Amino acid sequence: MTAQHVRTHTIDVSSMLRDQKKTAEPNQICIKVENLNLFYAEKQALHGVSMEMAKKKVTAYIGPSGCGKSTLLRCINRMNDLVDKVTIEGKILLDDENIYDKSVNVAALRRRVGMVFQKPNPFPKSIFENVTYGLRIQGINDKRILEETVENALRGAALWDEVKDRLNDNALGLSGGQQQRLVIARAIAIEPEVLLLDEPASALDPISTLKIEELINELKEKYTIVIVTHNMQQAARVSDYTAFMYMGELIEMGTTSELFTNPQKKQTEDYITGRYG
Amino acid sequence: MDNSKIGHHISGQFNKELEDVRNKVLTMGGLVEQQIELAVTAFATGDMEIAELVIKQDNQVDALEMVIDQECMQILALRQPAAFDLRLLITVIKVVNELERVGDMAERIAEMAIQLTGADSNKHDKYYELEHMAELVQEMLHGALDVFARMNMEDVTTITGLDENVDREYGSIIRQLITKMMEDSRNITRMLNVLWIARSLERIGDHACNICEHLVYMVKGEDVRHLTQKELEKKMKE
Repeated sequence: MTAQHVRTHTIDVSSMLRDQKKTAEPNQICIKVENLNLFYAEKQALHGVSMEMAKKKVTAYIGPSGCGKSTLLRCINRMNDLVDKVTIEGKILLDDENIYDKSVNVAALRRRVGMVFQKPNPFPKSIFENVTYGLRIQGINDKRILEETVENALRGAALWDEVKDRLNDNALGLSGGQQQRLVIARAIAIEPEVLLLDEPASALDPISTLKIEELINELKEKYTIVIVTHNMQQAARVSDYTAFMYMGELIEMGTTSELFTNPQKKQTEDYITGRYG
Repeated sequence: MDNSKIGHHISGQFNKELEDVRNKVLTMGGLVEQQIELAVTAFATGDMEIAELVIKQDNQVDALEMVIDQECMQILALRQPAAFDLRLLITVIKVVNELERVGDMAERIAEMAIQLTGADSNKHDKYYELEHMAELVQEMLHGALDVFARMNMEDVTTITGLDENVDREYGSIIRQLITKMMEDSRNITRMLNVLWIARSLERIGDHACNICEHLVYMVKGEDVRHLTQKELEKKMKE
C-alpha cells in the first residue's frame, strides 16, 4: 500500500465539516416589512415592526396569544383592510413594491399571496370545483388546463393519491386533515409567490399535522412561506427563520436553529423554555 | 448556586426534574472526587483495603452515569427543551461521560496500587511528584464541578491553565522513570505501573478541562472545544 493509495482512499469528510452558516448562499429578500404600525381604532397592535423574509424559505412567527403575529401575517396580503377602523402606517415591500401603495390592485395582490387559515374552509362544492375555483374566477374554463391544474395542485398538496378517484365528491366529506390539504391545493392552484399559513395544523390530529409539516417542507421549493403557529416545536421543525413577537413588537428574529438553541434576548429565552419572566 | 437558571418554569415538575438531574451530577462528581482521593491514598500508603473500595465504588459511578443519561433522555423526549434547558441536558450527558472516565482512571490507579504493593516489599517508595500531580488534578476537577454548581465562568481559564503544569510534571515523571529503568532493568515492571498512574492522573486533568469546555457551552452557548489556552482566554473575555 503506497502513500498515494492511502491518500486516494482516505475518506473525505470536508463537505460534512463545511460551516453551513458561512457557505449558505445569500438569501434573496422576498418580503420586507418597514417600520409597520397598526392600530385597531385607538389600540395599537403592532409597534414599528421591521423584518425581512427570504425567498423560498419558511419563516415562522411565534409568540403568546395577542402578540400581533396573526395581525402581521394578515398585513402581508392586506386581509386587515377588511377589518373596520384599521389604520396602517409603514410599508410592506413584496419584491420591492409597496403593497400598501394606492396603485396596487388588492385582488391581484391576493393572487400573488395565498392564505390558509386555522380551520379548513373548503367551499361546499366538489373537490374538483374547490381547486379550480381561483382559475374559474380568472375566466379560465379550458377543461384540459383545469384538469391539469387540479392534478398538479393536489399532487403538490400531497392529496392526489387519496382523492383522485372521487374528484367530484363533495369536499366537506373529506377528513379535517384532507380538507386542510385541499385548501392548500386551492391556494397553490393559482400559483402564488407567497403562502401565508395561519395556524394551519392546530385543528388537526398528530398524523395530519405531520403531513402538513412535510408538505410545507416540499412547498418551500417553490414558494416563500410564512407560518404562524402556537406550537413551538412545529416552528422549530418546519421553519428556516423564526421571529419571536411580544406585545406587538418584534423581539428577536434569526435562523431557527440559532433562536431555539441560543436566543440572544432574555424574553425569547423565557418564552421558548416555558418560563415566566 | 444561581437557581434562577434552572427554576422559574411554568411547569414546576419540569423545574424539579432539571434540579434533580443537576443534583445527581453533583453527587456523581463528589463520588468521583472521593475515588481519586482514595486511590491516591491507596497508592501512597499501600493500603489494599482502600484500593478495593475504590474499585467497588466504580460500579456506583457507572450506575449513576446510566441513571442520569436515562433521565436526560426522558426529559428530552417528553419536554422538548430549548435554549438553556437544552444546552444543560446536552452538557450533562457529556459531563457525566467525562466523570465516568475519571472514575475509570481512579479505578486504574487503585489497581496499580495493588500491583505495586503486592509485587514488592519495598512498597514505601515515595513519589512526591506523583502526589503533587494528584493534588493538581484534584484541584482541577474540584474547580470544574464548582463551575457546574455555581455556573460561574470566571474560574474556567484558571482551571484549564493548570493543565499545562500537569503536563509538565507528567513529562518530568516520565524522564525520572526512564532513568530508573535504565539504572536497573529489574525496575521496569514496577516503573511501568507507576507510569500508568501518572498517565491516569494526566488524563483526569484533561477530562477536567473537557468538563469546563462543556460548561462554557452550557452557559454561553459557545462551542470552545479544541482551542488553545490563549484562544480560550481571549474567547472568555469577549
